[in-house]
Amino acid sequence: MFSSDQSCCWFVRKVICWRAVASMAWSVLLLLPTTALFVLLIRFSLFHPILWISECLSLLTSASAIFSFILLCGVVLMVGFFNLEYYTVVPSIACSKIALLGQVLHPRQFVHSLVHCIMGVVVAWCCAFTIGGRYRSLGHSCTQDESSSGPEMCLNEYHLVLLLVGAFIGYSHSLVGVVYNMNYVSFHTMQQYKYLRFKGALPLVVKASAVQALYCLRTFLLLYFFMGYAPRAWICKTLDLNINSSIHSLDSVSSLLDLSLLYHLWISGTFLLLTWYITVLLFRIFVTEVYSFPVQSTFTEDAHQCLPKVITGTQPMILKFLALQDLALLSQHSPSRRLEVFSLSQPGGHPHIWTALSKECLSLLSDLTERLVAHHDTVATNGRAKSQSTGGNKRSTTSSEGSVTSVGMEDMKTPRPGALIRTPGSVFLRSSVGAGLRTPLTIPFTPDLDSPFSSPALRRLTGPLEPQGALSPGFSSIQSPHVMRRGPKLWSASTDSQLNGSPPPSPGPAPSPSQAQLKPSFLVTFLQNRKDQLPEASSQALFADSQVHIWALQGLSHLVAASFSEDQYGIVQTTLPTILSTLLLLQEAVDRHFKLPHTSSKPGHCSCSMGDDSYKTLRFALRSTLKTSVYRITATFGGHLHAVQMSAEHRKRLQHFLEYKE
Amino acid sequence: MCSLALFPPPLYSMNNVVCSLKPHSRQESSSKSAFRDHCETLYTRSAGAWRDAGLSGLLNEIANSSAEVPKWLGVSSSCVLALLRWVSSFHSSLFPHLTLSSEEMTAEFSQVLDWSDCAVRSFAWHPHTQKCAVALSDDSIKIYNPKSATTPTLKHRLQRSVAALQWKPLCASALAVACHNCLLVWHVDPTSLSTRPSSGCAQVLSHPGHSPVTSVAWSPNGPLLVSASPRDTAMLVWDVAVESCVPLHRVGGGGVTYLSWSPDGSRVLAATPSSLFRVWETRMWTCERWPSLKGRCQSGCWSPDGSRLLFSVQGETVIYALTFTDNPGMPLMMSGGPKAATVVADLSETTLNTPDGDIMVGGEIQSLAWDPRGERLAVHVKGRPAMIAVFKTQISPAFKLLPCGFVQGEAGTEPRLMQFNPNYQHGAQLTVCWSNGKITHVPFCFMSAGNPQPGLGGSPSLPLTQGRPADYNNQTLYTELIS
Repeated sequence: MFSSDQSCCWFVRKVICWRAVASMAWSVLLLLPTTALFVLLIRFSLFHPILWISECLSLLTSASAIFSFILLCGVVLMVGFFNLEYYTVVPSIACSKIALLGQVLHPRQFVHSLVHCIMGVVVAWCCAFTIGGRYRSLGHSCTQDESSSGPEMCLNEYHLVLLLVGAFIGYSHSLVGVVYNMNYVSFHTMQQYKYLRFKGALPLVVKASAVQALYCLRTFLLLYFFMGYAPRAWICKTLDLNINSSIHSLDSVSSLLDLSLLYHLWISGTFLLLTWYITVLLFRIFVTEVYSFPVQSTFTEDAHQCLPKVITGTQPMILKFLALQDLALLSQHSPSRRLEVFSLSQPGGHPHIWTALSKECLSLLSDLTERLVAHHDTVATNGRAKSQSTGGNKRSTTSSEGSVTSVGMEDMKTPRPGALIRTPGSVFLRSSVGAGLRTPLTIPFTPDLDSPFSSPALRRLTGPLEPQGALSPGFSSIQSPHVMRRGPKLWSASTDSQLNGSPPPSPGPAPSPSQAQLKPSFLVTFLQNRKDQLPEASSQALFADSQVHIWALQGLSHLVAASFSEDQYGIVQTTLPTILSTLLLLQEAVDRHFKLPHTSSKPGHCSCSMGDDSYKTLRFALRSTLKTSVYRITATFGGHLHAVQMSAEHRKRLQHFLEYKE
Repeated sequence: MCSLALFPPPLYSMNNVVCSLKPHSRQESSSKSAFRDHCETLYTRSAGAWRDAGLSGLLNEIANSSAEVPKWLGVSSSCVLALLRWVSSFHSSLFPHLTLSSEEMTAEFSQVLDWSDCAVRSFAWHPHTQKCAVALSDDSIKIYNPKSATTPTLKHRLQRSVAALQWKPLCASALAVACHNCLLVWHVDPTSLSTRPSSGCAQVLSHPGHSPVTSVAWSPNGPLLVSASPRDTAMLVWDVAVESCVPLHRVGGGGVTYLSWSPDGSRVLAATPSSLFRVWETRMWTCERWPSLKGRCQSGCWSPDGSRLLFSVQGETVIYALTFTDNPGMPLMMSGGPKAATVVADLSETTLNTPDGDIMVGGEIQSLAWDPRGERLAVHVKGRPAMIAVFKTQISPAFKLLPCGFVQGEAGTEPRLMQFNPNYQHGAQLTVCWSNGKITHVPFCFMSAGNPQPGLGGSPSLPLTQGRPADYNNQTLYTELIS
């Protein structure tokens, strides 16, 4: 028998890696026209068109251009590698500002930022080389004054500015990537061929990179205007260059408003972002391509690659996603594969395939129901009772930010266990890194338990009076009344659950209520305010992985609807009551969730950038898919559903659906 | 194939009138004159012009108010405007429909005859339950439900010049409305007692350059909605729940005017303003081009199994058919689709002898409708007077068309639009909106040839709504040769 380890390996090795390699190969190929376009644009001269074209051609064919092209290829490959290493199918949604800060300061993210910064410098160097002229090198010979002997090397500030722009854009790319979940890979409702999808997305990518480069440039120029002397002095010191006093330094208004400089910087920035964005885009397109799993196999050694086996696995997450996507598609479009699902096993005559598939889908859906109910309970009790049952009750801690704090507290009181339960929603946990949890998709903890802010370091910050950083009554006592009032607010489970583990706050005997506490208490207030959840985020985090639920719903409902005419042995009928009750329970939970005051009932409008924010609207898609799924079943079966056993409440609900009154 | 001469002459008979709507005398375009001139600042007017008509509107506004703006601005905007007009005249020499205004365009490409002065702008039956939505010429939509006393009226600021309506399948409440410059998706709670749902119940879907929207179509089994605009070369595929869209661009055609999703969900017909239409396959969204028509494709309808497409061409009086072999999952290019369209019926003008004298029937085809069981085909013929010819159809084993009869209204009225009721138990029911503002239902009672309804208990008593002499029953208009 194959273990899940092996099954995950074959998929990553055989499919994901090859897809990543193919996407990188295409981005390297596309680098060629992009570079040519860049050269044409950057050398543009309106009045000498023939000179312009011939110069560009000679530049493109020169040996040095080939060298810088190879460098660019290296950068693109590196970006592609980082895409593969950092991508996630379940976005990490920061439920509070402090969690976001935790994400930004995470060591993994630090490596990402650093490498992108360096790659930005490399690309900018290539750009500077291509533009030539005054940008060509970092130093240039100059004669400072008559007294010195011979020419000295002076700093070429244009070159420096260009390199700094590259570094800045590289860093901001990495930073914006965290904030807008650039590493999140979303799946599309519409299937299209890769080429057509790329063609459709290309104009948006060009626009996004141009706009983003413009914004970055604005910020950079502001920064350089105020702090430009620092890097300049540092470079001069380390490389032993002089500053040419005869030329104005660039951090003045007049020299920064040099139009040709701005144009060159902007085009270079756009080029940098464009090549990287194209790499990201291609990676997304390739990795989300439909993979058709065999429903059953004739050979036992391939059994681990079949849909029923793959769909129950948990790692890597992308495998589960692709399997469910395949299930949803086969249930809609492929009668022959549906027939295999409805078939019986050859010796024995058991519907193993249908059982495995339906069981997995149902368990996913009931997990979501539980999660929603728990969230609802947390929010509902939040306003009234301060002391919930604490600690071990995982369900009560589902409200993401609160969960982190309370779980963090738990693990602090007990000795830290060696193998922490890591959840997939955690910050930079890649989907392939192991999780031993049966329900890996359930709890949307946002920040990693390992993140710096659940470490004692933070607690030392929040509770500065405690020598060990442990939570004690003193901690609660230093909270200002302001914080206390904020506590029982809706969706701020954080402060509330922070109190869970501690005795009820007593305003009285703090250890040393002295003047010295005022300052830390201000800090605490500040941190607590930052820890308040962003209103939408907790709802988004609950539905962060809802794409699998959407597919499970589609797959189940299409299969059930098809079984009306295609299921020869009546195997679906046996599960029909369970399916209906699961759907109706989920429907109830989703309805209740959307009635919560902080959940908006309509999707907001998306901004135009490379960050994929389709995770923000997943809950709406889920709600609509759920309703459609129930209607699909009721519309197919009609009055026959009266014969299905179910509770009176569900029957009433179903009657509404049968009468089209939902 | 044969002509209308084989049809029985039309009889004037009263149909069951369901509801009568007074044609509204007030037109939207004339409402401006009802208000006094109001002095707005140039900025407000410019903003309004920008919102209504985009760049050219803004430039026009600035050029017209030369007294208030600096001279250079007025002159330069006039120059830019002239340049724009010159460029667009070049563009519209390629695509003449671009010279039309939005209202004219909607009227031109609508499935409704004389859309602009029609009391009922659009009509839609709910696909699963007895409920219908009617768009009126005052831009409001009324929803009629025989089981409920309330008649909700839908009004929205952006709901102007409604060109098409469609209810979302597998859903009780969602209604897509094709408006002047956006799409609205109303969520009308069927249990609500409110007669005026607030505009908060509507999702507004808009996309730059996608106006006016002339056609919408929901996927029969999914959350997708496609929308078309004659000015936009892209057809938009909306995921309505998340309000995102994917534009599907293809070169040629100059826009998309009419969309029809096949009932099995596998294909979409997309007609363009030029002599070209496309058939999209919905698995991977590739398309098949059908160029070299005589004119643009005016209307089309699918057989219930999605295997056969009937369409009509503007300026011609014949119905064409395309047959698609069903192999899902394969892109159309390889799927061995039809190589050529065949003519299945000719509706050119013919004189019929009636006791009251000769009457002329036939002419250009305005729209086609096929009942959900595939047994009746209604053809809305433009001629003078416009009327509806009904064919009996048979899909399997071979495609057959037989004459059935004409549907005519009261004297002096013309049919404006028609739709089959998808939920009629005893056969087919055609709903017709007439030029006098009446909406009538015309039932066709028959036993389904393929699968007789077990519960009906014999043939239902046929209400006499149309003349159907026995000798016309078995004349086959068109039979497909089975090879």
